[in-house]
Amino acid sequence: MILDIRGMKMQFGGLVAVDNLNLSLEQGELVGLIGPNGAGKTTVFNVITGVYAPTQGTITLEGRDITGMRPDLITRLGVARTFQNIRLFSRMSVIENILVSLHWRLGSSVFDAIFQNRKYRSEEASMRSRAMDLLARVNLDSVADLPAGSLPYGSQRRLEICRALATEPRLLLLDEPAAGMNPAESIELMKFIGRIRDEFGLTILLIEHQMRVVMGISERIVVLDHGIVISQGTPREVSRDPRVIAAYLGVEQHA
Amino acid sequence: MSRFLKRDLVILVLAAVVIAWANGDLEGLLGIPGWQSYGVRIINMCAINAILALSLNLVNGFTGQFSLGHAGFMALGAYTTALLTMDMAAKDRVFFMTPLVEPLRNLTLPFLPSLILAGLIAGLFSLVVGIPALRLRGDYLGIATLGFAEIIRLIIQNVRKVTNGALGLKGIPQVVNLWWTLGSAFICYLMLRNLINSSYGRALKSIRENETAAQAMGIDLFKHKLLSFFISSFWAGVGGGLLASLLTTIDPVQFKFHLTFQVLLMVVLGGMGSLSGSIIAAGIVTYLMEFLRIVEETHYWGSITIPGIPGLRMVIFSLALVLVVVWYPKGLMGDSELTAQGVKAFLGRFRKTLRLKGGRPV
Repeated sequence: MILDIRGMKMQFGGLVAVDNLNLSLEQGELVGLIGPNGAGKTTVFNVITGVYAPTQGTITLEGRDITGMRPDLITRLGVARTFQNIRLFSRMSVIENILVSLHWRLGSSVFDAIFQNRKYRSEEASMRSRAMDLLARVNLDSVADLPAGSLPYGSQRRLEICRALATEPRLLLLDEPAAGMNPAESIELMKFIGRIRDEFGLTILLIEHQMRVVMGISERIVVLDHGIVISQGTPREVSRDPRVIAAYLGVEQHA
Repeated sequence: MSRFLKRDLVILVLAAVVIAWANGDLEGLLGIPGWQSYGVRIINMCAINAILALSLNLVNGFTGQFSLGHAGFMALGAYTTALLTMDMAAKDRVFFMTPLVEPLRNLTLPFLPSLILAGLIAGLFSLVVGIPALRLRGDYLGIATLGFAEIIRLIIQNVRKVTNGALGLKGIPQVVNLWWTLGSAFICYLMLRNLINSSYGRALKSIRENETAAQAMGIDLFKHKLLSFFISSFWAGVGGGLLASLLTTIDPVQFKFHLTFQVLLMVVLGGMGSLSGSIIAAGIVTYLMEFLRIVEETHYWGSITIPGIPGLRMVIFSLALVLVVVWYPKGLMGDSELTAQGVKAFLGRFRKTLRLKGGRPV
């Protein structure tokens, strides 16, 4: 078990965004987290990555309690994420976006960097070749020196995933990667996500609110509504669950 | 790589020859007189202002943290340098109301260690200020740093046993010359350039671009903000030290908020996030500060008398800042640097525009 969430509750003032969430991910799994708008999906991500400390409950990563830990430390333990609204470093170049993710592993001190000594220069060179490798794997090596903000939307999404991969995660959290894409692009992206899962040996938790999109690649789907897990299981089971249909389409009211 | 170094070396040697000429070093050797002291003084001020603008730009432009505490750190550097370089006789002349505390009274150091200590003390205080203040964001950080700078100034004004209070310090040995000021500015530029182009610099820029994303990529926000703040304050301290030695007189009133504002003007005018922009703007603002003195003098044109208005320069600068923010919000350089290629491209565009205006076919 790579991630284990037990009895997690997140409350903002009077609003309970997520209530009593239990979720565990096995090594190598691809799990879809779906639910209507405002169901609390992104809040779950923010709690796992340390942006919020949960009101109750514990988050365990590979047997280690990470509840309420600082986001950068959680990243260093092997959890990376993308954002629902793309948050690239848009005035920096494509390759620099990747290099930022490699920074925390840098062994050189500030003095090494200021004096540009041999130690720093060799580390910088290996960082750059590592970044180019990663960019090549997502087909962005040809635009490495362009500002990230100038890329087309689909490429920005791929770059954001690539930037998360550069931190060398074992668990990857993708927050609506297909948002704003047409069905053909979404299917393309899902294939891409399946491919990187195998290539990088990742466990992936994927948020999506269009059910169709995740059906194809998820082994397991968890459905969240109003902060509560209303259903989970294989895509087939979930799509037939009347509670899920009700959550998405509403319940017929008999007068 | 080696080609760049060779070119850099040529530029450095040329610069050294010009400095030696301006500084009057060639007079004894070759009989070539140095520049007039007024011109030299302006260049000294340009160099000091360049140091201040570069260092403020590191925090405000590259790290995206709105700090307004520069004057406070400059004051610390100026007082440190002054107290360490003045000899006992000079100190006794100045401290006639309240004598200076003992170890400082006897202590006189050469200029270089004093200047480095000035930077380190300013840096040390920046940690004291930064550890609580850098947890704030945006406007709140601006207000907090502004307040801290004022606290530093008020402490200086009131600890008379160390700083001579509101009377200030006079008779600071004038050690600085063009070598000191331009040399320090050059080292400051090199240090910041290397830092910004390194992995640490990318981390700082990522914080400016998006704090949440930077932290999610494993960047320790607090550590990097503090690093940027420390280096910035170190150079503010050095700049203050050079200023003290250039002016030979300092008092607490000099280091009020308007000084930070003046440096901030250079940073905004040059471009937040452009080192060359800061240097260019420091030159322009320093020169205009002197040139615009004519608007404060009384002019007689035949029978017409135009009275000079003291303080009008500042009105002009405020107007200039408003115009820049409205029409040129990115400043002269935006966040790009001045390169030979960039200049060529600009001249090309410029020539093209001229030709088009001339009505001739392109």
